[in-house]
Amino acid sequence: MPVEASRPWAERRATWKRFLLSWFALPGSLLAALLLGALMIAVLGANPLTGYHALFDGAFVGSYALGASAVRAAPLLLVGVGICISFRANMFNIGGEGQLAMGGLACAATALALPNLPSAVLIPLVLLAGAAGGAIWGAIPGAFKAYFNVNEILSTIMLNLVAVQVMNYLLSGPMVDTSQNSTYGLIPETKLLSSHSWLPILIKGTQLHLGVVIAVVVAGGAYILLWHTGLGFRLRAVGMSRDAANYAGIKVKRTMVLAMTLSGAMCGLGGAMLVIGSISHRMVTDGSLTGFTGSDGFNGIVVALFGALSPLWSIISAFLFGGLLTGGDALQVATGVPADMVTALEGLVVVFVVSLEYMRRRARAASLAPPVTPSRASPPTETPAEEGAVLVAASRAVGQPPGEASRAGA
Amino acid sequence: MAHFFTYAVLTSTVAAAMALAAPFLLAALGETMGQRSGVINLGVDGIMLLSAFATYFTALRTGSLLYGVFAGIGVGIVMGVVTAFISVTLKAEQGISGIGIYLFGLGFSDLLLIKLVGSPLPIPELHPLGIPLLDRIPAVGNMLFKQTILVYLAFLLVPIFTFILYRTSYGLKIRACGENPSAADTVGINVSRIRWSAVLIGCTMAGLAGAALLLYDSVFQQNLTQSEGFIAVALVYFGAWRPVGVMGGSVLYGLTIAVVLELKSLNVIPLSASDLAATAPAVVTILALLLVARRFRQPAMLGKPYERGG
Repeated sequence: MPVEASRPWAERRATWKRFLLSWFALPGSLLAALLLGALMIAVLGANPLTGYHALFDGAFVGSYALGASAVRAAPLLLVGVGICISFRANMFNIGGEGQLAMGGLACAATALALPNLPSAVLIPLVLLAGAAGGAIWGAIPGAFKAYFNVNEILSTIMLNLVAVQVMNYLLSGPMVDTSQNSTYGLIPETKLLSSHSWLPILIKGTQLHLGVVIAVVVAGGAYILLWHTGLGFRLRAVGMSRDAANYAGIKVKRTMVLAMTLSGAMCGLGGAMLVIGSISHRMVTDGSLTGFTGSDGFNGIVVALFGALSPLWSIISAFLFGGLLTGGDALQVATGVPADMVTALEGLVVVFVVSLEYMRRRARAASLAPPVTPSRASPPTETPAEEGAVLVAASRAVGQPPGEASRAGA
Repeated sequence: MAHFFTYAVLTSTVAAAMALAAPFLLAALGETMGQRSGVINLGVDGIMLLSAFATYFTALRTGSLLYGVFAGIGVGIVMGVVTAFISVTLKAEQGISGIGIYLFGLGFSDLLLIKLVGSPLPIPELHPLGIPLLDRIPAVGNMLFKQTILVYLAFLLVPIFTFILYRTSYGLKIRACGENPSAADTVGINVSRIRWSAVLIGCTMAGLAGAALLLYDSVFQQNLTQSEGFIAVALVYFGAWRPVGVMGGSVLYGLTIAVVLELKSLNVIPLSASDLAATAPAVVTILALLLVARRFRQPAMLGKPYERGG
């Protein structure tokens, strides 16, 4: 035990450590990943500075690049918001890929069936259809987890494998564009969708379309849902401790299913946006999920984690990673290092973020609850008084609030 | 359908199922050890991708399949050190850090393929090895005893892992760390050392599985595993955390794939519906997870980092 005199210093150091970890953990993770990436580029015989310069230019310099990054970010943000909702409820939705595909299929089928509706009706309708498709694909693993205790990570991955085959079947069978004249068999794609379903371009000369605005509005809505409604409170309470939430009278199982349904709906909405916001204006695949989604089901997890599991921070995070993914092609052109580099970087970011999370929680606990001054360990101020009891109970049950990011929701 | 139930087709289907099951079995056996110690490793797929590439690249450059397999195992060990450091030492959320490892493996293996190999050529095939006398047994010989050495190894490791897990003090320590780490700590077991070793075993096996998968396909391509590493993790649940159960799950999975492939090639399933038929293995796994989740209990502390006094 340290002597009494040294305690204020130790306390101050703990506060500093907490401050540094909470504000610099995420940027630090990205920086560390980029440094390791630079090492990888150098080992592969290219100049890291040239590479990163090209990547940055391709992502964020000029109105065209900015527009392309924003468009790339829109579905990423929607998936990221879905991941925020499910992870906050302590449900690990790894099935974004499958939910994107199901959302895309529902959207494309609706647009093909009702081509003559006016844009003002058709666009909201196909987006809703996409959300419904994704919601169903999210609700299944949610119900399996809640009522049969099937690990949701595994069931969502299995459902991805089912979704890819369903997508291949529909796109090369019932929904295929039969008017193609190809000598090598038909490409698995739908015919050109009705122009009434296309998302309108906002700024001429760029790709920037209405979907970007929709995604940001949805993220704002999800923030309000999570932190300013009863449902959002129940979702987060279940995420902190199922036992405590149950004790407080929350219908835990129903809430778990709802979390996955909402999460799936967000991913499905992203899938719809991939279809009607695409340049080709049809749903296309190459026989793999990635061929349609561009791995956004996984990229969205990175976005949400880097956004501290908050829909609002995820807006910035999505734009950043949308930019990195867009700039990846420029990296490939400039240095010959494949654009897959960005996927590898994302993996490193995830690893660093979750590794630092534990240190951050420990530093937070050390600075918030020093043994001599228990009065400082007050409940979080963002919690309304009558709801505080549940959160305190929850935090007792789990030791510390998991993932209760101090700046999320601030 | 009549064509399917012929001697030749049935034996070749079972033989194909055993060969298909081997990579799953190798990865799932290793993952069983890790999960029994309380650590869930979701990065298996990424590790398999990296080790499959290492195997491919080494075999391509040296011309030796043996060196290739060693390279694959080596990558597995290196990734094991990384995984154990993140999951055990840094106590990170295991479900998510595994996804990070997966993304890294997915991106990095394809990056290396494009940068170092360009247009991939197949490496020499690993020839099946008939076991003397046993391969002469009618039907059974053709089904089971004309496989490659890695397939034999996979099935031979099942009794060995069962023995280690249930009949040695090391296995007892692993199970104790998964069920009640604080009790294990109280009696002087070093929980993090045991978990480190179990994760290392798991990742080494994932490396071997990646090598086996590559030698089955003879050529590396982007996302070679097609989520097989995740399926291996699911098979551990499927097998209720017992090596023999894991073997049953792997064989059933391999058999489902082999039967669908065989029915497709015999035109029993029309080409237009073949994509739907290909969902069978995943659907079977989901149903099996449903049944297992109702009947068996997972290791009590699975996925939960251990902290003293916590």
